[in-house]
Amino acid sequence: MQDLILQSKHKTKKKIRIPPFIKELVKNKTIYLMMLPGLLFILIVYYLPMIGVVIAFQEFNPFKGIWGSKWVGFSNFEFLFRSDAVWQITLNTIVYNVIFMITGLGLAMAMAIMINEISNRFFAGLYKSVMLLPYLLSWVVAEYLLYSFLSIDKGIINQLLQAFGVEPVQWYSEPFYWRFIMPAAYIWKNVGYYAVIFAAGITSISPEYYEAAKMDGASKLQQALKITVPMLMPITITLVLLQAGKIFYAAFGDWGMFYNLPRESGVLFSATNVIDTYVFRALKQMNDFGMSSAIGLYQSVVGFILVLVSNWLIRKYDRDSALF
Amino acid sequence: MNQGNISRAVIHTGFLVYSILCLLPLFVVLTISLSDEQSIFQSGYHLIPEKFSLDAYAFIFSGNSPIIQAYGVTIIVTLLGTLLHLVISSMLAYGLSRNEVKYKNIISFIVVFCLLFNGGLVPWYMLFSKYLHLKDTLLVLIVPYLVSSVNVLIMRNFFRTIPDSIVESARIDGSGEFNTFLRLVVPLSTPVLATIGLFVAVFYWNDWFTASLLIEDGKLYPLQFLLQSIMNNIAYLQANALTQKLATSLPDETARMATCVLAVAPIALTYPFLQKYFVKGLTLGAVKA
Repeated sequence: MQDLILQSKHKTKKKIRIPPFIKELVKNKTIYLMMLPGLLFILIVYYLPMIGVVIAFQEFNPFKGIWGSKWVGFSNFEFLFRSDAVWQITLNTIVYNVIFMITGLGLAMAMAIMINEISNRFFAGLYKSVMLLPYLLSWVVAEYLLYSFLSIDKGIINQLLQAFGVEPVQWYSEPFYWRFIMPAAYIWKNVGYYAVIFAAGITSISPEYYEAAKMDGASKLQQALKITVPMLMPITITLVLLQAGKIFYAAFGDWGMFYNLPRESGVLFSATNVIDTYVFRALKQMNDFGMSSAIGLYQSVVGFILVLVSNWLIRKYDRDSALF
Repeated sequence: MNQGNISRAVIHTGFLVYSILCLLPLFVVLTISLSDEQSIFQSGYHLIPEKFSLDAYAFIFSGNSPIIQAYGVTIIVTLLGTLLHLVISSMLAYGLSRNEVKYKNIISFIVVFCLLFNGGLVPWYMLFSKYLHLKDTLLVLIVPYLVSSVNVLIMRNFFRTIPDSIVESARIDGSGEFNTFLRLVVPLSTPVLATIGLFVAVFYWNDWFTASLLIEDGKLYPLQFLLQSIMNNIAYLQANALTQKLATSLPDETARMATCVLAVAPIALTYPFLQKYFVKGLTLGAVKA
């Protein structure tokens, strides 16, 4: 009898033995249900396209889809790296990003230090707000703003030039000027953003350092160079490495400036074409799926390596600021 | 002392000049939109209208242009997108912030990894056009951006700062998990949710990229894509046959600039009231996984 009970107990125990995975899901079912939509989204929208990188190795036909298209190995890449375009857009992307990084972060830090010197809180707040406003405007709007200044026949700058008797400039057909217009536009839109971040960093520096420096008779400039700048280094290095990880993405991912500002002027491509605009145009205008995904994969893979390297560097320098 | 005054004056002047540089382009576009079309045609753009006129706005609001429609599309997309983004992302972030969730580390890794690697533009485009069949729908303007890894991580880090004891005591009082989140965690997190919501709203408002790839139906053009289209194609504003006859007398340059003004207006007009959230929000950006 007892045996039987034991046996049946054993049996029921075996029956309801559920894997720990299910147990955990049941135990916290509400929380997992709450997480489900977001998780599903990430799997579908971020992970499913990762399988799609195989398009880069196909002669892709959108009607046949990924499973029906012909495999061509590395021929898309061979074609890509034999063209001059790929080197030009890679060079443009990296050179602009280096310029953006140095001028953008440098100016932002200088502005944050100066804004911190303003004792009137109303003005300090006002300047910060005004500087941040361009950050909230789209590059399409920026295209209009720029056009009102650079339009060949009606633009403000050419009218000014004419008023002084100078020949008007064909802004939208001279690549030379765009090597300066692009960094200026980047700074106009982004410097306020980084200045606000640096300014927040400055307010967290202990005032004792400055008091001690004042006692020793240090000037404002010396205080800025010997206290503020070194104390801002952790933020600066984190920002630099975050941007370094995105150096293969034009304007660190915000590439709309290269597409919109030059108003699709093909003459300017030598100064305005970057990896992202090249991929976008190849897809939108030529429907060249194989080529644009080959270059997209080239960008993703190099970008991935750069992120890993820069994160490794962040960890070495300052463990707490590392992304992972 | 005197030297201090001079350097202060220099700093103020510098910021004043830079502030003007930030605002002047907006002012110029506003000026052009308020000018008479003929005067623009004859003598170009000016800082102050040569001949003041509201024709451009009258034309836009007369209903003969696609701008009103685009405005509607953008407003719906922005409101719905921001709301859904906040709901879906915050629920995921809440789960990741709770200690009793055993698989939070695996899920966190899944969230972080998409910051490091992506499939690129073409597979992304194929997903929405060929596999999800969302091309030329209002949904495609909303769906691709419902969750952002960075925002999930920011929210998660904020939820972690809410003391466990508060959540525990609610549980002892018999509050369900979802109820605790809705009535306790969300109200405690309004500053971070409001700031993220503002940036998400600005993102949706400014998005031209999605429509440029996935919208062909003119009725579904959002404002920014309409702006982009009319910059490249002057005749777009006067696309229908009835107005084409009158085309010579209709505002064109000024109407384009007026469209731009209307696209900026909601941001520029609410900015003075919201700027402190934007400024504060930037310091949230420091994310750790």
